[in-house]
Amino acid sequence: MSKIHVQTTINEEATEFLCEPRESLLEVLRETLGFTGTKEGCNDGNCGACSVTLDGVLIDSCLMLAVEAEGKSISTVEGLANPEGLHPIQQAFLEHAALQCGICTPGFLVASKALLDHNPEPSEHEIRHWLAGNLCRCTGYDKIVRAVLEAAQTVRASA
Amino acid sequence: MSVFTSKDYPDYTDDGKYKVIGTRPIRHDGVDKVTGAAMYGGDVRLPGLLFGKVLRSPHPHAKILSIDTSEALKLDGVRAVATADDLVDVVDKLSNIGETTVNVREIAKNSLASDKVLYTGHAVAAVCATNPHIAEEALDLIKVEYEVLQPVIDVRKAMADDAPLLDENRTTRELGEDSGKKSNIASHNQHAMGDLDEGFAAADVVVEREFDTATIHQGYIEPHNCTVWWKKDGTVTVWVSTQGPFEIRSQVAEVLDLPVSKVKVMPCEIGGGFGGKFPTYMEPAAAIMSHKTGQPVKMLMSRTEVFQATGPAPGSYMKVKMGVKNDGTITAAHAYMAYEAGAYPGSAVGAGAACILAPYNIANVTIDAYDVVVNKPKSSAYRAPGAPNAAFASESVIDELAEKIGMDPMALRLKNACHEGTRRADGTIFGKIGCIETFQAAKDSDHYKSNLEGANRGRGVAGGFWFNGGGMSSAAISVNDNGTINLNEGSVDIGGSRASMAMIVAETLGLTADDINPSIPDTSSIGFTGGTGGSRVTYATGHACYNAAEDVKAEMCKRAARQLEVEEGQIEYQDGRFVCTSDASKTLTVKEVAASQGSTGGPITGKGSVNAGGAGNAFAVHVVDVEVDPETGKVEILRFTAVQDVGKAIHPSYVEGQIQGGAVQGIGWALSEGYFYGEDGSMANPTFLDYRMPTCFDVPTIETILVEVPNPASPHGIRGVGEVPLVPPMAAIANAIHNAVGSRMGELPMSPDKIIAALQDAQLSEAAG
Repeated sequence: MSKIHVQTTINEEATEFLCEPRESLLEVLRETLGFTGTKEGCNDGNCGACSVTLDGVLIDSCLMLAVEAEGKSISTVEGLANPEGLHPIQQAFLEHAALQCGICTPGFLVASKALLDHNPEPSEHEIRHWLAGNLCRCTGYDKIVRAVLEAAQTVRASA
Repeated sequence: MSVFTSKDYPDYTDDGKYKVIGTRPIRHDGVDKVTGAAMYGGDVRLPGLLFGKVLRSPHPHAKILSIDTSEALKLDGVRAVATADDLVDVVDKLSNIGETTVNVREIAKNSLASDKVLYTGHAVAAVCATNPHIAEEALDLIKVEYEVLQPVIDVRKAMADDAPLLDENRTTRELGEDSGKKSNIASHNQHAMGDLDEGFAAADVVVEREFDTATIHQGYIEPHNCTVWWKKDGTVTVWVSTQGPFEIRSQVAEVLDLPVSKVKVMPCEIGGGFGGKFPTYMEPAAAIMSHKTGQPVKMLMSRTEVFQATGPAPGSYMKVKMGVKNDGTITAAHAYMAYEAGAYPGSAVGAGAACILAPYNIANVTIDAYDVVVNKPKSSAYRAPGAPNAAFASESVIDELAEKIGMDPMALRLKNACHEGTRRADGTIFGKIGCIETFQAAKDSDHYKSNLEGANRGRGVAGGFWFNGGGMSSAAISVNDNGTINLNEGSVDIGGSRASMAMIVAETLGLTADDINPSIPDTSSIGFTGGTGGSRVTYATGHACYNAAEDVKAEMCKRAARQLEVEEGQIEYQDGRFVCTSDASKTLTVKEVAASQGSTGGPITGKGSVNAGGAGNAFAVHVVDVEVDPETGKVEILRFTAVQDVGKAIHPSYVEGQIQGGAVQGIGWALSEGYFYGEDGSMANPTFLDYRMPTCFDVPTIETILVEVPNPASPHGIRGVGEVPLVPPMAAIANAIHNAVGSRMGELPMSPDKIIAALQDAQLSEAAG
């Protein structure tokens, strides 16, 4: 199957790749480009482990074909931290023990970042509603919700 | 708005007795796991990697007449195929794989079916190719001829005399003896003590109820994966997300008929397991194809494959009869338990039978346990395997006893609670346990003392028991010259256990958790360590880590003596320092001893090796408030408190996390999760869309109360904590629903349709007067 050339931006870096038309964005991110922080849990849009943002919009990368990324800007979990340190959401997840096995964590982090980007002061209810697209089987969610509440406060304080 | 911070989480340092244990340091693998750097099994990349896919049976029960792979092999990019013909003929042999025992021949048949397929999703053949899409296309080119047979997917139907047989040669083992009777009932076992008739005769009130529970799945978010490289030197290396690297090693070696020394398992980070990631599934096929090609073969399951071919926890049918005196003394109990083993024998009914009435001191008890094969995937351990089904039945009946004699349900449980010296029906005499303390803490909780008001709202409570495990574990320490510690230990870290292991070592050597660098090496680089299951890791591997740290401490005493030029016996370890007993001015810190190790005798190392008996049993009590919507049948969890004897909380955040996670899995089991089967005998809902696990929007904060009754067999009092939180929720929620709307729920899940049906039944019987 002949491959298609795609030009895109990933974590603020211009990136180009070749892919088959049938390959999902998740597959290209993980297998072609090595962004294995983005996880596959169901490959049908029901668990949120593969969450990334596309031009700032939270999506399941398993539900999008990689060719559709042409000209778009993608952010993955690998883009959350910067050379100065972790993003406040990452730090809060660590301090609150908001992960156990950690497989859903990248998706929760990306989804939480997307939440705070458009709602810097979410209530617990709003957090639980927003994150309902991400499944975690280990934590029972409590510590995740607390971590996001605290991260929101940290982000606001530093804004 | 209240914002919780880590400062709001209390320490459990026993009033300063401990400096590290009981605090909440950031886990050592945390940064990797929040930045995407952690390497899980699915992230493995190797040179020349091939990708394998499995062809699975579309029928729940059929004979395989022929398999033709010739067309698949002709497809461009396909490198090899594997079928059962490629497997050596493995004989019957039992192998312990963590929480369950399995027959190696059945592991082989389950990984590639030979004569028969026994469930929809049973692996029939595998293909590997240069990319996964080609492998998938090749599956369509494999021709399999089946003779379709009548399936049986319900435990009671499978037990009937005229049921279709999964295995024509299987006969029931009746109380340990071969009955000679052909049946899907693999075994019937019984625990009995006292005199049941006498016990029921002494009762003022007797309640008997039937219970059905659906097949459910562990639901780990990471699908099964493996990468196998059978190299030219005859060694087989397996990268896999598993709870039990050594159990995978033994299964792979047995199925491939290789010595264990030829197999090396590289434990990757694991994305959840809950008991379901002990068995091998795709490793034998991947190994065969790697052998044929000389290249590594990677295989990943889809979510549908995970549902159809792995896991599940057994569906069950149970009947529980109990008698109580008006003063609250439970006089007798009979439990009939039939669990679905799936395609091959070995459901968790044995453990369930030992757990079902364990929290109570009852004189007259009989427990009958049936292990029954059905056309479903081979069942696997799931968090306190067998005990949650059992507790749903027994704790629902106990609640009804309390209601009928007009006694507070917690008071009834407390009155009958077991204690040190109580004999369980399976013959075990309890050691030091915290059953009473746990019930009492639940009774004294703010939640239980609070008032619950409002229409269609109700409160339920239930207790639960799990044994907890011990067994073999290994740890090895090397001391760096800057005084930090490299800790190798054999337990795969499924939920923060590296941190707990490091904390135990840090506490022992007067260091900080950050001074310890914990790793989990491959099976060729650490001593045997039983898998991460059975709530055994913090207790058993923690003990091995403690022994390794004590070993280092003893060596450091000798080195300090040399460094200080005093007699060996004159050095004592005191609070992070090595002190000369005859001259207290002569002291060295751990870091100072470490810095001089080259000149005092060479590298300082220590080892710990245990076969830990004396695991401390776990008890949990859950209190839950619900609101039932009588229009839709939806049950909302308003408040949930989980109380548990944890022995000693090493890292309290991860102890709380285990409890919260288990409780939420229980909410799913109670209300929304279940395999649905169509007329064709195939699972109708093998996706996360239709198999509904709780999201964060479905559940409230799970409040936790940690009770610490130390386990005397552990240097720190540790008991396991991971599994028992899944035992009480289903009954607690059922009892809350009854309290809210007056209906006794006998079926799991208690989904809206069943709630509506129960409410309609109640209305009908009310109308009938």
